[in-house]
Amino acid sequence: MNWKTFFAMLGRDAHVARRNAIQLFMQTFLQPLLFVFIFGKVMVGSGYMPEAYKSLLLPGIIAISMTFTGVWAVAMPLIAEFQWTREIEDRLLAPISVGWIAIEKVIAGMLQALVAGLVVIPLAWLVLGRGVAISMGTPLIFAVIILLVAAFSACGGLALGCSMDQQHIGLMFSLVMTPMIFFGCTYYPWSALKTFPILQKIVLVNPLVYASEGMRATLAPQFAHLPVAAVILALVFFDVLLLVVGLRQFEKKAVT
Amino acid sequence: MAVGIRTHDLRKVYSSVPPMAAGGGIVARTSARGSKQPAKEQIPALDGLSLEVHPGEIFCLLGPNGAGKSTTVGVLTTRVRPTSGQAWIGEHDVWKEQAQVKRLIGVVPQRANLDFSLTAREILVYHGAYFGLSSKIRNERADALLEKFKLTERGNQMVRGFSGGMMQRLSIARAMMHDPQVLFLDEPSAGLDPQTRILLWEIIREYHQAGKTVLLTTHNMEEADALCQRLAIVDHGRVIALGTPGELKASIPGGFLLRLRFANQTPQLIERLQSLAGVREVRAADGTGADVYADRGGSLISEIANSAASTGAELSDVHISEPSLENLFLHHTGRSLRD
Repeated sequence: MNWKTFFAMLGRDAHVARRNAIQLFMQTFLQPLLFVFIFGKVMVGSGYMPEAYKSLLLPGIIAISMTFTGVWAVAMPLIAEFQWTREIEDRLLAPISVGWIAIEKVIAGMLQALVAGLVVIPLAWLVLGRGVAISMGTPLIFAVIILLVAAFSACGGLALGCSMDQQHIGLMFSLVMTPMIFFGCTYYPWSALKTFPILQKIVLVNPLVYASEGMRATLAPQFAHLPVAAVILALVFFDVLLLVVGLRQFEKKAVT
Repeated sequence: MAVGIRTHDLRKVYSSVPPMAAGGGIVARTSARGSKQPAKEQIPALDGLSLEVHPGEIFCLLGPNGAGKSTTVGVLTTRVRPTSGQAWIGEHDVWKEQAQVKRLIGVVPQRANLDFSLTAREILVYHGAYFGLSSKIRNERADALLEKFKLTERGNQMVRGFSGGMMQRLSIARAMMHDPQVLFLDEPSAGLDPQTRILLWEIIREYHQAGKTVLLTTHNMEEADALCQRLAIVDHGRVIALGTPGELKASIPGGFLLRLRFANQTPQLIERLQSLAGVREVRAADGTGADVYADRGGSLISEIANSAASTGAELSDVHISEPSLENLFLHHTGRSLRD
């Protein structure tokens, strides 16, 4: 393993992310913050939603922001670089095995997702104002879950980015990301689906459910949530699955 | 210590259109025979290609579009997995020791693939970093290469707005950044203006003088003739001729090629042409003309016209060319390189 090459590539990705920081910031935070404002501030302030909804919403918003950021940070450059600009070829010819280039992309995506997750907490807090009951009783478990969520988003980005054609980017968002978010227990807890028992079972194939529930379990444990062990197990399963699929697809694209 | 290149019986069959690693070139398509369903198209790009490039040599692969040149470069640079056969850079098996091979090679692709998120200078510096160069060395080299390729003034600009020629120069500078032992250039002068082409040729010669091996592909005979010590003519994924440009040109019968067109051509005419003094070979072409390989050129015309008149044919068009690689390609394949 050639760590010098690996860290040089990571350095390149960090440099590019810094260069595009404002654009990335808007892209990552605008939508979740608008959502927080409307549902957490306007709806709660006007009495249509109870005060407690603020605390229920925040963990879901963190999960969405991280997922979007990770998927976007890995998938979009890969789609463009493999198909259009071919600029990834420079790195494919660096003295390192092809699989490690994909791993580097995943690590870079994870870092961006972690930054997004950690930045959206204070931002949302600011927007929501008083009445947010968020605690961090088990920091170690929170750290494990936030890492697994970051890995899920970046590995998902790798798998999607290496499986989609450029002309299908729109389709990726409308067919994959949108249903994933709405059925991802982000704006409501999983337990709220008990009146829709079939749907409640079906949504369990959606990895975002475990990300949102995991965040909720560690940040707002006062609400009913999936058991932490089940959340961790499911996230590990999806991380490994998406990584294996992503690596296979990446190697297929890199070598013909 | 210069490093050579070898391939043994390389075959590559694509089951879909060749993607980017193979240059995405156009290759001859043949549907799988014998099967009733035309579902999966088999596209053979390499058909038993064996080569040996000596250490420290400028070697050229010459052939028309789709001959398999880019696929050969793709295999040798770890980007294309051969269907069968083997390839080595120095002592390293390209497929089994990829990281070692990648250290030894620099690649200039057919189409620019520069990192659009970086400036010209950053592209060189990060490339150096991927190859483990220290910060001091990579900054020095980047500045020296920008200077050499006349890009210093644009060094701190993003490459998105660069012209094709500038992108090509930067691609070559990038390939040289880690001082590779073997430099691959895939159609390096395609789309370059004559001035930049001459600069490129100078740079390739200079690099070669430093003891490096250079393999370039081209469908431009002048380029092959001007630059290469040896060359292989490739067609349909196979080497059809190999040698120095001089040797190859000398192997054309007679050297001169006269492409003739007749009205009312007869078999007797072809026989007559064959008997003319200095004519080495005559190939009739679809009843309306003939390619005559001969020791002399213009001085044959009056005799050819007389022969034509005596058999009732009329000479309608003549094209004389001197010994060239173009003629050689035509001699071996019956097609022009530009077809």
